[in-house]
Amino acid sequence: MDNKKDLNPTCPTPISSYPQILMAHGGGGTLMHRLLAQVVYPAFANPILNQQGDGAILARPPGRLAFTTDSYVVHPLFFPGGDIGTLAINGTVNDLAMCGARPLYLSTGFIIEEGLPIATLSRVAKSMAEAAQAAQVEIVTGDTKVVEKGKGDGLFINTSGIGIIEHDLVIQPGSVRAGDVILLSGDIGRHGLTIMALREGLTFESAIESDCAPLVDPVLAMIKAGIEIHCLRDLTRGGLASGMVEIATTAGLQINLEERAIPVREDVRGACEIMGFDPLYIANEGCFAAFLPERDAAKALEILKAHNCNEAACIGTVTAGDAGLVTMTTSIGSRRIIAMLSGEQLPRIC
Amino acid sequence: MKFIDEYRDAHIVHGLADRLAALVTRPWTLMEVCGGQTHAIVKFGLDELLPGGITLIHGPGCPVCVTPLELIDKANLIAARSEVIFCSFGDMLRVPGTRTDLLTVKAQGGDVRMVYSPLDALKIAQENPMREVVFFAVGFETTAPANAMAVYQAHQQGLQNFSLLVAQVLVPPALKMLLASPERRLQGLLAAGHVCTVMGYREYEPLAEHYNIPIVVTGFEPVDIMQGVYLAVKQLEEGRAVVENQYTRSVHRDGNPAARQLMQTVFTVTTQKWRGLGEIPLSGLALREPYLAYDAGQRFGVSGLEVRESTDCRSGLIMQGVIRPSECPAFGRRCTPDQPLGAPMVSSEGACAAYYRYRPIAG
Repeated sequence: MDNKKDLNPTCPTPISSYPQILMAHGGGGTLMHRLLAQVVYPAFANPILNQQGDGAILARPPGRLAFTTDSYVVHPLFFPGGDIGTLAINGTVNDLAMCGARPLYLSTGFIIEEGLPIATLSRVAKSMAEAAQAAQVEIVTGDTKVVEKGKGDGLFINTSGIGIIEHDLVIQPGSVRAGDVILLSGDIGRHGLTIMALREGLTFESAIESDCAPLVDPVLAMIKAGIEIHCLRDLTRGGLASGMVEIATTAGLQINLEERAIPVREDVRGACEIMGFDPLYIANEGCFAAFLPERDAAKALEILKAHNCNEAACIGTVTAGDAGLVTMTTSIGSRRIIAMLSGEQLPRIC
Repeated sequence: MKFIDEYRDAHIVHGLADRLAALVTRPWTLMEVCGGQTHAIVKFGLDELLPGGITLIHGPGCPVCVTPLELIDKANLIAARSEVIFCSFGDMLRVPGTRTDLLTVKAQGGDVRMVYSPLDALKIAQENPMREVVFFAVGFETTAPANAMAVYQAHQQGLQNFSLLVAQVLVPPALKMLLASPERRLQGLLAAGHVCTVMGYREYEPLAEHYNIPIVVTGFEPVDIMQGVYLAVKQLEEGRAVVENQYTRSVHRDGNPAARQLMQTVFTVTTQKWRGLGEIPLSGLALREPYLAYDAGQRFGVSGLEVRESTDCRSGLIMQGVIRPSECPAFGRRCTPDQPLGAPMVSSEGACAAYYRYRPIAG
């Protein structure tokens, strides 16, 4: 085996002896230990992980715990604005943030397809380390499995997360009340459109990038400022529309949205027009909706804007009305019903 | 956004609604031909802005909806073959055939790919010389030129592994059938702007005259549609029946001669079966010599199919404008976009899907 061939100048972390993942890298023997020592531990190093126990032993801070898990299977692995690694950290961190929790610890499970370049894994691990640092969360335990060539699609990642709730609010759909306003933290549609365009080989005049980002800071800042948040929802798969229908249904209330108030970037709108998509249904990875009493709206918007949510806006209200119904006042002043996404969004044909 | 926002201007739309209200003296029933128009009407709630007495009924202009069941079944059979890469527009993937749909064929191992253009399928054929690449050529006069171009280029390049499963239909013969029907309710037509962009509107002039019906070539944005309705109602109120062009920014009387020429080079007009409407003389396109070898139906010998339409689906009546989607007993109950009984519930341009997405069930 030629050990020199694998030197890859673009790889940010030290190289293992093989340029690609072999089945043996998941076998529990020396190759697996070398992979962990050369790729995983250096990227994620922290005192808890460094104990190298079968599990992480964690001190329990005061407060309620939030616990969540998510799996990431995005294709392609790398896209403008992020990669599967940033997604795997921010996605789980954001799920904790939507409980009003401060994320503390993550686990990560890699399911790697045989043949994946180790440089690719290193690049993803580096992204994860950077995203974890930005979100102030530690990766304290993990797992690596390898599946045969053709049995996976390069790399799948699962992350689970624990966060601590350091306040008395009960942030969940059941806490939403008639009279609440709905704030949106930013413009919608960028992540899904980025992936879609990349997959279909479509290019636009201006580059659309994923909005993948951690949402912890703006959420915790609102809570710290005493905003009485009733519910939070990050608007991932199914987009804003599906998130609103889910909450209206669970809360047994009606939601009324204002189309003009919903921020959508011009390039995103243009791409949606071309591809026949409705931005309301497109996935986001750095955008959330907050339900709170109207009296807190102005202050909450101010806080959001001070925490990088420059496009934050009040987009609607909650009423007693019909349980589970979501309506929207369109840009021309008529009203339409917003339903949950059905199947995939498919493009128009003429 | 330029070229969009000015046609979604609330002020202009409401102004047109006011002018329309001032104009109307009695009830009128209009049909918007194209499914794209149906979606805009329901999405923007335009029919709510119309004065009482003006009724819009939804026409057959959804290519997915009118593609006959036999062709969907043929597509499913061809797509399941191991040597085939089956390329289709996204809308066709979930349309139920007799037993299955293309998404299920894909899940069972068929190589089914969603493309945005027949030329993408042509490229796939060039890149995969050992595979048979089939494109599902569905659509009205709008998609025909690009489909013709794909075959034309394949022929020029001597590409042997490319073929079309042709399901092309033509609008005017179907309109003629609707206008001649004894059940006809419609008094004015909004013709499909995109179809006329290709074909022009000369062929609509004898229809307007013979059936004494105003036909307004209309675009797809709220201002377009309100203007189209206004022009049609104005003609009705004044007792006129001619072809007018609202969509002047895109449509000329002669259409796009280069596109029409290409269609005529590659296709010949033929009798075609429409799902829900039945057989309509001279309403479809088939490949002609020297392009017959690119016909996927012949290449893969798919014939003798047993065809069973869902007895619950009333899409035929819906596409003739006899009933509204919400008047179908299965609507929103046994038939939803996730479990469609008929094609109009699947396509982004299907009237049933538009009603389901934007209207409550009681609507």
